[in-house]
Amino acid sequence: MQIPPSIVDGITTGAIYALMALGYTLVYGVLRLINFAHSEVFMVGTFASLFTLHALGITKTPTGLAIVGVFILITVAAVAGSSIMAVLVERIAYRPLRKRNSSSLANLISAIGVSFFLQEVYALRYGRDLIPFPRILNKTVLFHIGLAEVRLDKVVVVVVALVMMFFLDRFVNGTRLGRGIRAVAQDSSTAVLMGVNIDRIVTLTFLLGGAMAGVAAMLYGMFYEVTQYNIGFVIGIKGFTAAVLGGIGNIRGALLGGFVLGLVETFGGAIFHAQWVDVVSFSVLVLVLLFRPTGILGESLQRAKA
Amino acid sequence: MFKGKSRKVALPSFIAVSGLIAAACGSSTTSSSSGSATTAAPASLSIGFFGALTGPNAQLGINIDDGVKLAVSQYNQNAKVKVTLVNLDSQGDPAQAPQLAQKAISDKLVGLVGPAFSGESLVADPILEQGQIVNVTPSATNPALATKGWKYWHRIVGNDNAQGPAAAQFIVKKLGSTKVAVIDDASAYGKGIADIVRSTLPTLSATVATSQSIDPTAPDYSSTVNAIMASGATSVFYGGYYDAAGRLLKQLRDAGFTGQFVSDDGSLDPKLISTAGTSAVSNTYATCACGDVSTTAPGKAFTSAYQSMFSTAPGTYSAEGYDAANVILTAIKAGNTTSTAINSYLGSHSFNGITKTIQFSSTGDIKGGGIYVYQAQASSSTFSSLGLVSSLVG
Repeated sequence: MQIPPSIVDGITTGAIYALMALGYTLVYGVLRLINFAHSEVFMVGTFASLFTLHALGITKTPTGLAIVGVFILITVAAVAGSSIMAVLVERIAYRPLRKRNSSSLANLISAIGVSFFLQEVYALRYGRDLIPFPRILNKTVLFHIGLAEVRLDKVVVVVVALVMMFFLDRFVNGTRLGRGIRAVAQDSSTAVLMGVNIDRIVTLTFLLGGAMAGVAAMLYGMFYEVTQYNIGFVIGIKGFTAAVLGGIGNIRGALLGGFVLGLVETFGGAIFHAQWVDVVSFSVLVLVLLFRPTGILGESLQRAKA
Repeated sequence: MFKGKSRKVALPSFIAVSGLIAAACGSSTTSSSSGSATTAAPASLSIGFFGALTGPNAQLGINIDDGVKLAVSQYNQNAKVKVTLVNLDSQGDPAQAPQLAQKAISDKLVGLVGPAFSGESLVADPILEQGQIVNVTPSATNPALATKGWKYWHRIVGNDNAQGPAAAQFIVKKLGSTKVAVIDDASAYGKGIADIVRSTLPTLSATVATSQSIDPTAPDYSSTVNAIMASGATSVFYGGYYDAAGRLLKQLRDAGFTGQFVSDDGSLDPKLISTAGTSAVSNTYATCACGDVSTTAPGKAFTSAYQSMFSTAPGTYSAEGYDAANVILTAIKAGNTTSTAINSYLGSHSFNGITKTIQFSSTGDIKGGGIYVYQAQASSSTFSSLGLVSSLVG
């Protein structure tokens, strides 16, 4: 058993899952729709940060202040790429259906269609092999907790993720626009009667979810240093699972679900061997849903009180 | 593989399955001349290549296919019966294999190079056997394939019963590591060869420090890496393909693992080095039943012809693909124009390949066949041959 390393790695992967889970949960909260194209929104973000690195001509690990500059640039690129893609997906694949009051199944098929489309476009354009990232942050060991090495890149992943989550939480629970999101989530028809522009709120929701996926994509690229046309697939499933585990539609639930899933996976792997990781994590999901059908923190956005 | 598919529950599995189908439709056949080989002296025949041309481990398939293309084009320069090549792109996915095997039968192929991987072979070969399609695999090394009693199946490389023990001997006797972590990707091929390494190590008075199967599609191997680090293993053997091998190796090195990393022919590809990063590939080796053709005269001729046709050096199993195609083409040249005639010709003749002299045993497996070991070179981002394992461990 390796308890300290499992905790460190579980929190690191959990942070990325949690950022992904936010995208699913926000869209579900507002539209009652599972955005299965969210995994491709993430994929586009990883490519955006990779292309930025290529454009900057970075092949070796930068040093000193250059690291900060590179980080800001790839984060901006990934967030821009992902959020623009998320908004485009909403405009092209969901809004026309929503305007015609189509069934939620039609939305689901539309989401899957977009998902393929983006995967195949990227596969045909950039090939189906893993594409490596240059190393942008040395994996320096900062300190040890027992057997666990606390590495710089892991700390960056967790800190950046936590900061983004904090701002998102403040935004949704503490600003006027955030109130609009909560109002639409609570009761969209009444919100419209009260003068909320629902299309703008939906766009904003996709934008926020996309931005979180963009940050996740940047962190993923920095941490795992690879991408691929279908890189979002597994991460997307994990993010979706984390959202359901925490209570889909609930922002703080998504955070909790992400970290719980990350920890369950690493401990599951440590106790039962790597091949049992998914069995363990989905068993935990089923058990949680048996006793709390709406997830750990309960279902909807409006119930997550500030 | 089946485990991997069924585990991704509920809706997202649509995405996976139909994504693959969409991809398969997009890029399967390059020449669609359905064989109309019916009467005595056909003007042309079709042979096929069966393996991954797209997908996560496609480079091995592309290497083989290019070797086959070269063999076919050289053959067609002065042949009475022209041969066209049909590509059956399996994406390395056993779930795609049955329909492609059916296509090989309906296209009336007289011979097939492949299937390239062991997992897809286990699914496709019984169908090819029923359809009486001669198949010569240049690369599927699972030993079980030779035990099924298939009459149309052939293999021109040594199998994992030779490769597994050779890898274990190389680790213990040459690298001097006696605590080995043995990891696999749970595929027919990767787990097959890893299991043989696991059972061979104790006979060399070495121990298996930890034994794990990983999901090759998962992004994060931290629990496996932690287990390897905690086990005190001085080397790692990985059974599987370069895609996951590269990511596992990178994460191992990032966690501070400095020991040797030894993998199999599925990992013998420069893409392993680009995925893991050049700083991660010191002490990295791969074993392979594929020979080093850079020294012999026919090998050099092959290398330069390959280079001029594809503007790239031959890759892992390119030479074996070339040999496998030439085995079939030699039979056709000798006047055999049906699959059954070619099959009996293969069973009764020996062939001078560029990798070795090829003679099939009654099971279809090659007689003889040594195991080579290659070392990753960070400077050139390629693998270079160290020679035969048997001569290295003396």
